[in-house]
Amino acid sequence: MNANRWRAFARIGAYALSIAIPAAFGQTSTVDEIAKYRQALQDGNPSELWEARGEALWTEPRGPNKMPLEKCDLGLGPGVVKGAYAALPRYFADADRVMDLETRLVYCMVKVQGYAEADARKNPFGNGNERKSDIEALVAYVTSQSRGVAMNVSVQHPRMKEMYALGEKIFYFRGGPHDFACATCHAEDNKRIRLQDLPNLTTLEGAQKAYTTWPAYRVSQGELRSFEWRLYDCFRQQRFPELVFNSDAAIALTTFLARNANGAPFDAPAIKR
Amino acid sequence: MADPMKIRANAVGDVTEVKVLMSHEMETGLRKDAQGTTIPAWFIQNVTATYNGKTVLSAQWGPAVAKNPFVSFKFKGGAKGEKVMISWTDNRGDKRTDEATIA
Repeated sequence: MNANRWRAFARIGAYALSIAIPAAFGQTSTVDEIAKYRQALQDGNPSELWEARGEALWTEPRGPNKMPLEKCDLGLGPGVVKGAYAALPRYFADADRVMDLETRLVYCMVKVQGYAEADARKNPFGNGNERKSDIEALVAYVTSQSRGVAMNVSVQHPRMKEMYALGEKIFYFRGGPHDFACATCHAEDNKRIRLQDLPNLTTLEGAQKAYTTWPAYRVSQGELRSFEWRLYDCFRQQRFPELVFNSDAAIALTTFLARNANGAPFDAPAIKR
Repeated sequence: MADPMKIRANAVGDVTEVKVLMSHEMETGLRKDAQGTTIPAWFIQNVTATYNGKTVLSAQWGPAVAKNPFVSFKFKGGAKGEKVMISWTDNRGDKRTDEATIA
């Protein structure tokens, strides 16, 4: 991991040299320089490689049924990808469940393509060349089709209301060996972990900025990471029990955070340190 | 077989700017896996860009180049609608060639 991180920095060797000196003075300039660094990388965001692979996975006939995912209904009708992510999570009557994108993709791989559920969800987060995640590639493609679309998650449905309330509860729930809650780090302005600013997710601006920039290519990992990965890793960092992929806890938190970002134009896959 | 590259080429005046994103692990040969065994080096060694059969860029890379490399360069000439071809070879002999139309 460490070696990987250093190599990631080598990628921006030229920029790093130019920022090394000003970065030594004060917090604000470091933050500005990180912003510049993101800007510089935005142009060649490797998330595009995941988007391209995801698009191929979406259109290719795959699985025991030899069907493309184009028959998958992400909430706006079968095959409609444009803008679909900006309205997720949502309640799906066919599954009788509130689903986020990752859960819906697994559902479609099972129902449309005929995969066994265990096979569809066995590799949610990729790790290098040997273990590429189809889910993360599909997430990259689907979310890229919502770029510029304003977040519009409705909690009108009673089941959505329930999920939102549950997500809010989890957000403020303190537990684990550190007696942490998501809110411990994400409910105050100007908090940071090492040099990374943490968004205040209880403000409209903070919630919008955070939610609309995930998924993202993590330079330090060389991987595109989905929103469920973000939550999974937050749980790990809090020393909470492992957040189960596609669990109601993950979907509830996503619902809470996505709804709070309503109104802001979606702007991902992004690039992060 | 490696994943395709993502290539964008834009002609502005008489200069063409090319931006290429490659999908490659770029292992340094210095990292170790969970068992402590060294992960062998695996990286792109040669990169060439050709336009109309003429080489406009030729590069030799080493293991210091990061995973999923991005390369951007400009060359003189290049007309809209024509094609730029990029190819790479890695130290395992794996190859990949892709082309893009200049916009």
